[in-house]
Amino acid sequence: MTIESDVLVLGGGGAGCSAALHLARRGSKVTLLERGLVGSQASGVNYGGVRQQGRHPAELPIARRSREIWGRLKELVGCDAEFSITGHLKLARNADEEADLIAYLDTARAYDLPLRMIGRNAIHREYPWLGPDVVAGSLAPDDGSANPRLLSPALAHAARAAGAAVHEQTEITSYDRLNGRFVLKARNGAEFRAPILVNMAGYWGGAVAAAFGEAVPIEPLSPNMLVTEPTTYFIKPNLGVVGGNIYLRQIPRGNVIVGGGHGESDPAVPWSRPLPEVTLQNFNYALQLVPALAGLHVIRSWSGIDGQMPDHIPVIGPSRTTPGLFHAFGFSGHGFQLGPAIGAIMSELVLDGHSDVPLEAFQIDRWNVQPAVREA
Amino acid sequence: MKIAVVGAGPAGVRAVEVLVAAGHRPIWIDEAPDGGGRIYQRPPAALRRNARELYGFESTKAAALHGCLDRLKPLVDWRPETLVWHIHPGRKTLYMLNGGMQATAAYDAVLLCTGAMDRVIPLQGWTQPGVTTLGAAQIAVKAQGCAIGHRVALVGTGPLLWLVAHQYAKAGAQVAVVIDTTSLASLAAAAPGLLRDSITFAKGLYYMGSVKARGIPTVHGAIPLAIEHDETAVTGVRFRDARGREQRVACDAVGMGWGLKPESQLADLAGIPFDFDPLQHNWLPERDATGRTPVASHYLAGDGASIGGAAVAELAGARAAWAILQDAGRAIDTAAVRRLDRALARQRKIRAALERAFPFPVRLAADLADDIILCRCEGLRAGELRAAAVSDLNRTKALTRTGMGRCQGRICGVAASEVLAAAVNQETATLGRLRGQPPVKPMPVTSLPAREHAA
Repeated sequence: MTIESDVLVLGGGGAGCSAALHLARRGSKVTLLERGLVGSQASGVNYGGVRQQGRHPAELPIARRSREIWGRLKELVGCDAEFSITGHLKLARNADEEADLIAYLDTARAYDLPLRMIGRNAIHREYPWLGPDVVAGSLAPDDGSANPRLLSPALAHAARAAGAAVHEQTEITSYDRLNGRFVLKARNGAEFRAPILVNMAGYWGGAVAAAFGEAVPIEPLSPNMLVTEPTTYFIKPNLGVVGGNIYLRQIPRGNVIVGGGHGESDPAVPWSRPLPEVTLQNFNYALQLVPALAGLHVIRSWSGIDGQMPDHIPVIGPSRTTPGLFHAFGFSGHGFQLGPAIGAIMSELVLDGHSDVPLEAFQIDRWNVQPAVREA
Repeated sequence: MKIAVVGAGPAGVRAVEVLVAAGHRPIWIDEAPDGGGRIYQRPPAALRRNARELYGFESTKAAALHGCLDRLKPLVDWRPETLVWHIHPGRKTLYMLNGGMQATAAYDAVLLCTGAMDRVIPLQGWTQPGVTTLGAAQIAVKAQGCAIGHRVALVGTGPLLWLVAHQYAKAGAQVAVVIDTTSLASLAAAAPGLLRDSITFAKGLYYMGSVKARGIPTVHGAIPLAIEHDETAVTGVRFRDARGREQRVACDAVGMGWGLKPESQLADLAGIPFDFDPLQHNWLPERDATGRTPVASHYLAGDGASIGGAAVAELAGARAAWAILQDAGRAIDTAAVRRLDRALARQRKIRAALERAFPFPVRLAADLADDIILCRCEGLRAGELRAAAVSDLNRTKALTRTGMGRCQGRICGVAASEVLAAAVNQETATLGRLRGQPPVKPMPVTSLPAREHAA
């Protein structure tokens, strides 16, 4: 079986499904290839933060654009993936962290991201359930959260409706380019051909890039997540901290979702699992922020696999080795919020040859030509 | 050599007995205060009655097992009231919770004897107070000396249904009705197989006969329709009998269950692969007749590996202990091992006949009405699962929240699989099983420092 398309999108995470949707809406004959089920890895099992605050300055224009798409997700795909604007409250636990929050205000202002600094006294007045170690906070009122389990399936559903072919359970075993056309062979025997290939395969995107002669230093990243039994709904904002070692949010149903640190994984299986000592450490960090969580029962913990780049920002843009090949992978834990816009941007790169969003910082050859950008 | 045994039911006790006799001092962990497993669960000291009264025919076995357990406790690193909430097979480490304190234990070999729980099929009204599993109804009588209600209906199928009915009647509780979803014809067809073990068969007949002799109404081949209730309590149970007539029996409590399923979460977390066993209609961790699994140093025995009952668990526990010793290069008693192997082979045939006698009623689960609550933790109804059904149980879970609550699918998973299989018109075995995730059971968020333990 050989399937011809205009564009092959490799990887059915949120970004890949969004790319398939945007390309199909603009009339491309697009085929999405996913090894498992859409949204099985990082896109489907992440924390669910829809956060702009604290993003790397290079990511902020994408984050702003994505936030706009999140706001109209329901009309775009028929499902809001439980997106809710709760605000993102980033907390400082000491004076140094407070200084970090203040320093970021200028970055946010430069990208029109509204932030409100909340000082030592006000923070405990406004959020009386915060622990005494919290000294300040910065609230991004437009940020929020969504249900990661729903985003990719919803985008894939809409992509199908727009005419895209979505092939799940289709693991690609070989990549070739013959006479200007990419030829991808799947384990199930199918062959996929197209003049354009968009590599959005998360951690595994690194291997795809390497297959076309541009290896990058990518590592698997496995978040250490847990969820508690439901309790009274009292934590409205999505909570984070300077340094990012703990993040937590509560859904209106009452469950509290807590993440922090990293689990372990084997991308070859693929398999991932949280680490018990990290889970227990997260108890301590979470209780420091919200002491009232003590005694609440954890009912499940989990992880997944994302790709982490050394500078903690993704690879986005055209290949430097292969005409017709485009990359967007290695989201380093930021892909859930960025995904919807990444899909739109990739459709522009493919169909228009450029995007209005600046992408220089994300070039695939940045490790060869310049020192790694340090995260702000 | 550090050996860990998880579970102090019939399998765990007989395993530790072998290990201690061979000169080992294993760490031995059990969730309950006093071991014995579910079948031989002991009442708190203040409620102790004589074994004969508590365990009936099994009193000799129960007394022997308890005696063995008590004798072994001082010879091992005994950890009662301790939940093993996670296992890391690569590190060979158990993660435990006891009295709110975290602890770890390293092992060179581990034997998981984690037991079983009731298999539940939701019915209209099953989430009402006063409705329990058959196992819980039995433990109320055995360990607490009380019944689940004044007028109790027992619904389901399998040997446990009739045993609980017998025990309730004997304890003086009023049993309103016993509703067995298995037909007498199905039982009769399996009788020749069951006769392989005339004692088991005789006991089964005795329990059934004892219940009938006491004038308790019994129904075979019935379809339970609903548990009726008012605002505060269960008021009755409605069912269709084998002739298709709808009946109602007044009661104030219901115990229900359709056989057992392994509590196999630790085996899952240990990375042991699972297969669907069509005869038991359960997902079972892979292990051979000796208790060895595809994951080296990890062994399984008892109902946590495959439903076989207490007698099989005792044999399998001892057999797995010998496997551990043999794999460690220790001398083994080959005559004893041969005896165990022969006894286990014989029991497997009896068990197969028993499974055929009391088959899991797939249709009852698959045909749940749309408005029946399927997943009680998340308040999800059968119709909601059908509306979102895709050909993968874990994906359907992700889309609907089935099995995402406190029980993590331990209660609803069986029925959810059948509802889904019927909705997508596929075999249950092709849809996958709910993946295990730590913690094995809900675990409190606590800031107490972790305490290190070596076995």
